[in-house]
Amino acid sequence: MERARTVGKGDASMKDSAKESREQVVYANLLFYGSWISILLMGITYLIYITGLLDPYVPLQEVIRYWSGPSSQYVHDARVPVGWGWASLLAKGDFLNFIGIALLAGMTLICFLTLIPAYLKKKDLAFLAITVVEILVLCLAASGILGTGGH
Amino acid sequence: MRDVRRGVLFCTILALVLLVGFSDLAWAEEGPPGSTSPWWVWPLVLLFFCFVLGVIAVLAGVGGGVLYVPLVSGFFPFHLDFVRGAGLLVALAGALAAGPGLLRRNLANLRLALPVAVIASSCSILGAYLGLALPTNVVQICLGATIIFIAVLLATSKNVERPEVKNQDAIGAALGMSGVYTEPWSGEEVEWKTHRTLPGLVLFTVIGVMAGMFGLGAGWANVPVLNLLMGAPLKIAVGTSKFLLSITDTSAAWVYLNQGCVIPLMAIPSIVGLMLGSFLGVRILAMAKPRYIRYLVIGVLFFAGGRALWKGLGL
Repeated sequence: MERARTVGKGDASMKDSAKESREQVVYANLLFYGSWISILLMGITYLIYITGLLDPYVPLQEVIRYWSGPSSQYVHDARVPVGWGWASLLAKGDFLNFIGIALLAGMTLICFLTLIPAYLKKKDLAFLAITVVEILVLCLAASGILGTGGH
Repeated sequence: MRDVRRGVLFCTILALVLLVGFSDLAWAEEGPPGSTSPWWVWPLVLLFFCFVLGVIAVLAGVGGGVLYVPLVSGFFPFHLDFVRGAGLLVALAGALAAGPGLLRRNLANLRLALPVAVIASSCSILGAYLGLALPTNVVQICLGATIIFIAVLLATSKNVERPEVKNQDAIGAALGMSGVYTEPWSGEEVEWKTHRTLPGLVLFTVIGVMAGMFGLGAGWANVPVLNLLMGAPLKIAVGTSKFLLSITDTSAAWVYLNQGCVIPLMAIPSIVGLMLGSFLGVRILAMAKPRYIRYLVIGVLFFAGGRALWKGLGL
């Protein structure tokens, strides 16, 4: 039986692989800046929302009536758009918050795009295929074309 | 050290008091719970509650989502749809914030994460639609059962720091699921590889569905599968699991976002509160290892799981 073993001093190739790959570093850096920008954006837009600098689409006092019922009721009664409909309401205080939220949810997709040239360059076809499939899965989820429903 | 322990205990008790107090307030009212309170009360309570939750989650070694969803859906006046939407964003924010550091230290491995992520994220979309299509009480019952299972898992599972891997299987070898990481304290470089890749990938279909269906981060399931089944060292399993959440939860989060299940008024204080709490938790963790917090969290999970079952069964 072989345990995860300690690398010997002379094992130079293994020491090289202890360093993170270049595509991994690019992914990490992009993720770092993107995540913190999205969280900062969320903080700023939330302050704009709750201070009333921009009028909300659904009045604040009404939101607390809707959040105890199912999402379908909120969408129907408050006429909240589904899919990417929020993008047309960015001038409203509540939907302005979706910029930061969408960026947060979109960072993984952006980071995956950087992997394509890296795996192409390495001619690593298996991981190129995996990356492309993952991008398609994320695009499918983000597109909203799988239909709407809910309770 | 004693002050730290007292502080943590105080925070935990305060969180529990808040839970009971505000859930009583919500249940006591007629009509939609919370409708007579001023709008600013709930975001403020959520911000503080999630801050405390963030501290406790780090100290207990669990993800924020796994505490957030059962506790907030069980004891706050929000519908499960919105709690799951916010829960996924909470788990996603935590994973995205931790991801860069883990990747740079080689503690999260792209070659291990990517094949698993394709399966888990596809299945999380399915889980999200399943969760939104099923009646709320059915999802609540399943959530309660899952939370109790997680509590049992946390209480009984014994992860292995460096599992024994006899031979790497063909799939693992073909995908290059192996690597080397450096122990930060000793400078020791540790070589690792995985085995039992196929059963591991099959289990990630179930994990993906559950993550999407309940809005939970799935670290509680990722780590045992990567570590105990596939043979990744514990550090790699924990790091890759956290990074994996950033991919799995993204797919499900988009589904909830597109279905109108994200209400910024409650989602953003939850995210900010939990992240700030996690930062404080990490600092406290550097000073003390309050083991009893883990047992306390297991107790809270049993309680929250029981409450979800209670609500789902309409008792």
